[in-house]
Amino acid sequence: MKFLDEFNDPEIAKQLFAQIAEMTTRPWAIMEVCGGQTYSIIRNGIDQLLPDEIELIHGPGCPVCVTPLGTIDKALEIAARPDVIFTSFGDMLRVPGSDEDLFGVKSGGGDVRIVYSPLDAVKIAEENPDKQVVFFAIGFETTAPANAMSLQVAKRRGMDNYSMLASHVLVPPAIDTIASSPNNRVDGFLAAGHVCSVMGTWQYGPLVEKHQVPIVVTGFEPLDVLEGLRRMISQLERGVAELDNAYARVVVEEGNLPAQELIADVFEVCDRQWRGIGEIPQSGWRISPAFREFDAEYRFGVGDIDAPESPLCRSGEVLQGLLKPNQCEAFGKECTPRTPLGATMVSSEGACGAYYQYRRLEVPVEVGRG
Amino acid sequence: MCLAVPGRITEIRDDRGTRMATIDFDGIRKDVCLDFVPEIEVGDYAIVHVGFAISRVDEESAMESLRLFRTMGTLEEELGVGPEAAS
Ligand code: SF4
Repeated sequence: MKFLDEFNDPEIAKQLFAQIAEMTTRPWAIMEVCGGQTYSIIRNGIDQLLPDEIELIHGPGCPVCVTPLGTIDKALEIAARPDVIFTSFGDMLRVPGSDEDLFGVKSGGGDVRIVYSPLDAVKIAEENPDKQVVFFAIGFETTAPANAMSLQVAKRRGMDNYSMLASHVLVPPAIDTIASSPNNRVDGFLAAGHVCSVMGTWQYGPLVEKHQVPIVVTGFEPLDVLEGLRRMISQLERGVAELDNAYARVVVEEGNLPAQELIADVFEVCDRQWRGIGEIPQSGWRISPAFREFDAEYRFGVGDIDAPESPLCRSGEVLQGLLKPNQCEAFGKECTPRTPLGATMVSSEGACGAYYQYRRLEVPVEVGRG
Repeated sequence: MCLAVPGRITEIRDDRGTRMATIDFDGIRKDVCLDFVPEIEVGDYAIVHVGFAISRVDEESAMESLRLFRTMGTLEEELGVGPEAAS
């Protein structure tokens, strides 16, 4: 088997696949929430090596993908200002706003810089006291401690030239929304291991209760994903719904408490628009009033910018598992990673981008499996 | 930027009240903030996300993850030292 050789330990992978196949008696639809998991699944062909009954639905697991168009327009507006150095994770630069992307602003003369960490942005601010340095803070719970810390450091050091455009999204409310949808097809959720390493697993018990749906906290490496799936199928076949942790080597129930405390200081929960999905109540973090002076939306007066989403793009359905990326009319035609219509095509962790990179290039997949 | 990468702590120092470390990720070295893992020491392995250690991890699974990032060819990208990261 072509794909199996690529696992860290093909022997363990083989055993896990065999156990899953043996247990599976009925069709199940399982959503992996983390973009890293989607990437692992597609790249290693896990979905193709599983029994036909098991369908994997790629969830909204890429914070880049779900960042609303209006927020990107705000970023573009701020980044184009001559007094601003705009800093961001690299993934955000190609995400299309209404008219262009951050790369466009950069080639038009804007000072847009890719940073690895928000602390790098703080450093740039210290080195450029005559400039306003803005950091584009997107991400799930995993990234929030880092972003929160950069604001705390800026406050402690009394910096008046560092601010943040924040658009954080939270996983549990997204699971809640998907599970509550009348069209929901998901029988079980693999929760994102790295999110839980920060937030712990305690937020997921109530969701298991409410929807009677199994949730298994799962890592992103191929063998972790397989172990998560094995535990998931075991629950589904036994007809139980429990919270299980298949990533205990990293995730503990209470999570990282110092990180959670800092997050609670710097951010507050808010309703948040998800690109393609729409508004999910209480599903985001924004900068709390105590740190408002560091909020770029206030500092640059861009709070009112909003933008309607593209009508062509069906990423909303893709993100909810109602449509496979290649079932979208525009997939691979008008919409490619070079000309992304929707944010799900922008990053290789987005469902459409992952499909494009690792599926389409291997179209005669069956041949490779022998 | 979604994933977190494990690395080994080679040196710890104080930077104006912030506990910082040099962490070795399979040959690539980075400055990382340790404020969220106060109990961690030199020689330990930590999972690092965008410049911050977010949890401790044992050596064996750290090695496994690093091998995987190498095979996927995404270690540089996750650590922001790829061709796009020209900051
Ligand atoms: S293929 Fe492109 S247009 Fe279609 S849903 Fe995905 S991102 Fe949107």
